[in-house]
Amino acid sequence: MAEQMKKYETPLLDELEKGPWPSFVKEIKAAAEWNPMANDLLGLLERSYREKIGHWKHGGIVGVMGYGGGVIGRYTDLPEEFPNVSHFHTMRVNQPAGWFYTAEALRTLADIWDRHGSGLTNFHGSTGDIIFLGTRTEELEPTFAELTQAGFDLGGSGSDIRTPSCCCGMARCEWACYDTMKLTYFLTQHYQDEIHRPAFPYKFKIKCSGCPNDCVASVARADFSIIGTWRDEIQIDQEMVREYAKNGVDIVKEVVALCPGKCIEWDGNELKIDNSSCRHCMHCINVMPKALAPGKDRGAVILLGSKAPIVEGAILSSVIVPFVKLDDEESFNDIVELIDAILEPWIEEGKNRERIGEFVQRVGLGNFLEAVGLDPQPEMIRHPRTNPYVFYENYLEEE
Amino acid sequence: MAETAPKRITDIGPPHYEKFLPPIIKENYGKWKYHEIPRPGVIVHTSETGAKLYTVRAASPRLLSTSKIRKFAELAEKYSDGYLRFTSRHNVEFLLTDPSKIDPLIQELESIGHPVGGTGNAISSMVHTQGWIHCHSSATDASGVVKAVMDELIDYFKTMKLPAKIRLALACCLNMCGAVHCSDIAILGIHTRPPKVNHELLPKVCEIPNVVASCPTAAIRPSTYQGKPSVEVDEEKCMYCANCYTVCPAMPLNNAQTDGISIWVGGKVSNARTEPMFSKLAVPYLPNNPPRWPEVVETVKKIVEVWAANAHKHERVGEWIERIGWPKFFKLTGIEFTKQHIDDFKHAGLTYKTSVHLTY
Repeated sequence: MAEQMKKYETPLLDELEKGPWPSFVKEIKAAAEWNPMANDLLGLLERSYREKIGHWKHGGIVGVMGYGGGVIGRYTDLPEEFPNVSHFHTMRVNQPAGWFYTAEALRTLADIWDRHGSGLTNFHGSTGDIIFLGTRTEELEPTFAELTQAGFDLGGSGSDIRTPSCCCGMARCEWACYDTMKLTYFLTQHYQDEIHRPAFPYKFKIKCSGCPNDCVASVARADFSIIGTWRDEIQIDQEMVREYAKNGVDIVKEVVALCPGKCIEWDGNELKIDNSSCRHCMHCINVMPKALAPGKDRGAVILLGSKAPIVEGAILSSVIVPFVKLDDEESFNDIVELIDAILEPWIEEGKNRERIGEFVQRVGLGNFLEAVGLDPQPEMIRHPRTNPYVFYENYLEEE
Repeated sequence: MAETAPKRITDIGPPHYEKFLPPIIKENYGKWKYHEIPRPGVIVHTSETGAKLYTVRAASPRLLSTSKIRKFAELAEKYSDGYLRFTSRHNVEFLLTDPSKIDPLIQELESIGHPVGGTGNAISSMVHTQGWIHCHSSATDASGVVKAVMDELIDYFKTMKLPAKIRLALACCLNMCGAVHCSDIAILGIHTRPPKVNHELLPKVCEIPNVVASCPTAAIRPSTYQGKPSVEVDEEKCMYCANCYTVCPAMPLNNAQTDGISIWVGGKVSNARTEPMFSKLAVPYLPNNPPRWPEVVETVKKIVEVWAANAHKHERVGEWIERIGWPKFFKLTGIEFTKQHIDDFKHAGLTYKTSVHLTY
């Protein structure tokens, strides 16, 4: 096979083999040594670099039998010149929660992809899936069969629940306020049908972050954001605080002055926190991880609706449940009940390509809460309305 | 044939994560007490039980060949009992129990071109999208711009000398698969002219009501072209978002001459100190200049360096700008302030200055 492959001159891409940052061009070339798809990708990409424009057409509808999601159809607009990327479909493979792997699992995935695809991957895609980058339509079903035999499955794409993702949580972080990996696995398994068979107005993303540092950016990137927090006192080891001070941390300047709740005092010997004013921002804990820790009464805040700009502008998720415990199966089931209740009005009333955050803004958060069966609470808003245009559903009719 | 075909398996979901956790993590799950960063790229987690886990974090281009995947597997077997993970910013992390293996692992990673770093007050790997490698709507490449920028900023990946952490991200069009809208510095591919309607193709491949409904500014109307149904675009209303192109391939916006890159600053997702915030426009347009995008690299580097020189300790880019004010940001960076910087979309009025809190 290799001797029949075209040799592409790639002077522009070759420039990106230079320099200290790991080179994606080297990766493509490594695969192009033996794989005709990767080889034609190299030629096509050089052409894009020369012409300053992409050479991919709109995806068609391709997939594996019985699934509507998990495969992104892709075809080049130059199939005569680059026949081996005439089809170049992406498969989204659902990652294990927290992105942990064994060497054996990685080799299994690499072997499957070498047999059926371009030899190129993303670890990982933006939503969290393992991305198998580029194959032909007829290879989709055999790849899928091998993946499921090996215990892997496809993730979401299109107007469905996208593959949920999470931080490494309790597996390797002392700040995890709930078991993010366990909840992510639970929700992923529960929503298999909704992940694989798009039936919504648009996509719906779920991300689980263990603490307010939000390492998976759930407040910005998830329609349904579950962010860990606590509601009792920050745990303090005064000895260790003094140790940080001794080792050069200026506690007044770096901790006390930067506390958004203005609730920390330091007298040079003892750190005092007025926890009733603590905003759970994590800053003091981030600065002194050996001395401070989140409290023991841990759980999460649930926020709804974030998204990137398309269509009506970017939105950050906003609070819909100020605190929830997440320490048993029952609490996980309550999350499922809440998600189902939230999805219902959106599925019924949402417009094509309208994310739930846009839907909530269109119908109004107050009306949405009513439809879902949640009580309005002051934690859900920055401030009450500043305009007097208040709606009432019922009027007192004069006789 | 039906008898011999293996039963088709579906809807099994991903493998359970426990299968991939090293014994030290299983034993100390939920018991971690604190962590330290003894040197750039190395994190030590200590458990209540006294157990210590040594994480070595290395850069990755995200796009990996299967041969590199196998190389990572080999390194994991050699240094970390066969266990590794990836981060939400595409770094690869090896999970060591034997601290004497840290140095040899770092040496080997560096020797195969994967620098170690990205911890603490550093620039970590850039979250980014597919670009010309796989996307039909990209206004620029993704991996190439990231490579060019990170080649220039590598020192900030390998050290921890910045005032705070700084998160860089790139999305190659407004769809933002990379959701860059809350990054300290975001590089965003943009189109700058309306779609060119392909009237021949449109009635064959698009549903006209869907195309009309897709436009957030109601710039698209049904029309007829040479007696056949099509659409027309009120170009004055078009803001080049390409939502119409997403629903209809006959409305292409990609253009080699006019596509380019915009730079956004001051976003964050963490709640630390200040609430999460959006990135705001710093530079409306820079040309697409492959293979090394010098204008983009220079602008990003300038912003990083001006921030690093002026911010207080722990101050993210957005927090720094809020303290000094936007006029000073433009002055210090030398970036020109233009009409394009002033919002004219929904709720634009909320971004106008309504006080005399100004510095001179």
